[in-house]
Amino acid sequence: MATTADSFQAHTDDHAHNHADHKPGFFARWFMSTNHKDIGTLYLIFAIIAGIIGGAISGIMRMELAEPGIQYLQWWAEFMGGTPDFDTSLHMWNVFITAHGLIMVFFMVMPAMIGGFGNWFVPLMIGAPDMAFPRMNNVSFWLTVAGFVSLLFSLFVPGGTGPGAGVGWTVYAPLSTTGSQGPAVDFAIFSLHLAGAGSILGATNFITTIFNMRAPGMTLHKMPLFVWSVLVTAFLLLLALPVLAAAITMLITDRNFGTTFFDPAGGGDPVLYQHLFWFFGHPEVYIMILPGFGMISQIVSTFSRKPVFGYLGMAYAMVAIGVVGFVVWAHHMYTVGLDVNTKMYFTAATMVIAVPTGVKIFSWIATMWGGSIEFKSPMVWAIGMIFLFTVGGVTGVYLANGGIDDVVHDTYFVVAHFHYVLSMGAVFSLFAGFYYWFPKMSGRMHSELLSHLHFWGFFIGVNVIFFPQHFLGLQGMPRRYPDYADAYTYWNEISSLGYTIMALSMVLFFVNIVYAFVAGKKAADNPWGEGATTLEWSLSSPPPFHQFETLPVIEDHHTAHDHMSEAKPATA
Amino acid sequence: MTAATLETRKNRTALLALGGALAMLGLGYAAVPLYELFCQVTGFGGTTQRASESDAALAERLGASAGGKTISIRFDGTTAGDVPWSFRPEQVTDTVSIGQRDMAIYLAKNTSDETITGTATFNVEPEQAGAYFNKIQCFCFTEQVLEPGQEVRMPVLYFVDPKALDDPNMEGVEQITLSYTFHRALESAE
Repeated sequence: MATTADSFQAHTDDHAHNHADHKPGFFARWFMSTNHKDIGTLYLIFAIIAGIIGGAISGIMRMELAEPGIQYLQWWAEFMGGTPDFDTSLHMWNVFITAHGLIMVFFMVMPAMIGGFGNWFVPLMIGAPDMAFPRMNNVSFWLTVAGFVSLLFSLFVPGGTGPGAGVGWTVYAPLSTTGSQGPAVDFAIFSLHLAGAGSILGATNFITTIFNMRAPGMTLHKMPLFVWSVLVTAFLLLLALPVLAAAITMLITDRNFGTTFFDPAGGGDPVLYQHLFWFFGHPEVYIMILPGFGMISQIVSTFSRKPVFGYLGMAYAMVAIGVVGFVVWAHHMYTVGLDVNTKMYFTAATMVIAVPTGVKIFSWIATMWGGSIEFKSPMVWAIGMIFLFTVGGVTGVYLANGGIDDVVHDTYFVVAHFHYVLSMGAVFSLFAGFYYWFPKMSGRMHSELLSHLHFWGFFIGVNVIFFPQHFLGLQGMPRRYPDYADAYTYWNEISSLGYTIMALSMVLFFVNIVYAFVAGKKAADNPWGEGATTLEWSLSSPPPFHQFETLPVIEDHHTAHDHMSEAKPATA
Repeated sequence: MTAATLETRKNRTALLALGGALAMLGLGYAAVPLYELFCQVTGFGGTTQRASESDAALAERLGASAGGKTISIRFDGTTAGDVPWSFRPEQVTDTVSIGQRDMAIYLAKNTSDETITGTATFNVEPEQAGAYFNKIQCFCFTEQVLEPGQEVRMPVLYFVDPKALDDPNMEGVEQITLSYTFHRALESAE
């Protein structure tokens, strides 16, 4: 072990004169980046931009849904270069829901969670100098950007009934094959190919880094839970995304080269597409939430000043969620005509996932129990996440029932459910992680007051948006329509009001970032006190451009929780 | 552990990971024939079975020994939007003895002025009956060509497997609907 550190040191002395903070010029640093922290920053900026676009699109949707009838879609149809007739207007709705879904899933949550925080903190937390393949890391990022450009481009080319791809984020055949002529759907599918390739390379990078580059003494069972969460997520990405790639490649060839994978006229079956899509799609929802679980574990433990309750249980609960997540996919397709035994299996298997998820929720609560809790901004977001994710989890168990799902399938109840777990579960953990690590990443403190105001505005806003959608769904309002019967007006109005509250709170988020860079106090190496015990807090804020040239050593007396006390000073 | 072996270990892990991803890509494609096979073997999604004459003879004896129970069969025929045929069963319902072979006739007429090759997809409802619904001969086994204005009678020779009587999932099933949809065969699509 000592040899490694020494040889590293010797190597650096020759070339860079041991100047760990030597940075390349602007273009080389940000456009040809091979530094995991810079790439993490790029991913976070990218995710914020994509989030603004995806969030603005949901604003258009809530505006249209605020009252019955078609108000704004004709205008949008014309604005996007189509004719303002009825069909094109309704097509615009499909385009918006498609873009919102794809952007939020592939270009906001995934880049932020895995590309952003994963890149930034996995190497820091395991005591590695960088990712295993820095150049491939750069390729992953730019593939994601290229995918995003391809998706945005699809909005401006013909997609059949009007401009843009109006196929939903699920891209079901036959709507996406014979139902949508024109290049828009091809561009949207190609964007998934690019983003998927980027994610597969990224997952390979994380797995290689975590398996081979942990600091001496950092056994798998001493890794921080965030690293565990990214490891499990990387495996899910690696096994799920290629299946999506296969399915959407079949769509492309069905569309353009005369194959009939999903066309019954040539012996294909459209339901096969749904099976393939959801074999990817269900692990995908865990891909979006597992890194969030990891962050919440770090944060709850930090601000309770206690080790996470049941560390091993927490780690293997994520493994269990990942494994079982691969065998429950058909609960997304209860209404395609599955026989009762198949439904029974998928209902039972789905409900089993509530067990490891429950282990996590209760362990977080047990971590807080008896802790000396500090309600700093990351902690309030984390507690908000635990509460709201649980609400989404409960409706999830309800929806898992094949019989009940026959009634609420494709209603707003489902929309409410998955927004509670994603736009509250995943997004609250993103904000929690952001406020937790922002001082470390930027070297500046954000305003606690603004973060708390942001939290309350966002918390109230999203609940006002999505809680009424449970009622709408149970009353039978179907999803994916821009219009509805007058009876649904009341809760839709309230839901749209909630969007305004949420949007205003987001202003505070951006004000807070500006405040931090303009007037924020300099952040200490460890601004969160003795509860923060993972290796990133042993470095300066922001960390040096190259860290851990002398590898930190995790001694026998260090537990999974505490990597700091008497850890070798991690020098730059 | 020297730097060189770290390099090797990293490359090995990465190759294994990418190999796993490639294997999943392959499995994604393998799912196409496997899914078809799965449906054919299990009758999943109401996929009907193909039987030989000797199967039919065996079923007939079994059915007779089981007491000659009867079941109602409903016939349904539709065409895809771009197939200008009229297509319907000659008789909408029929009652058959379980195990007994029976013939149903569908009437198809090409109402357009072009020659059209059609191919029929099929299934039965309720879906658990798929495993027990056997066809000995069917117009759906091959493509059908209809000249402009041509009218044909298309036979289906089928029987319901008496094993259905032993399946608890088939309890309470009093009628099986056999449905066909004619699509344009792809060769003639141009």
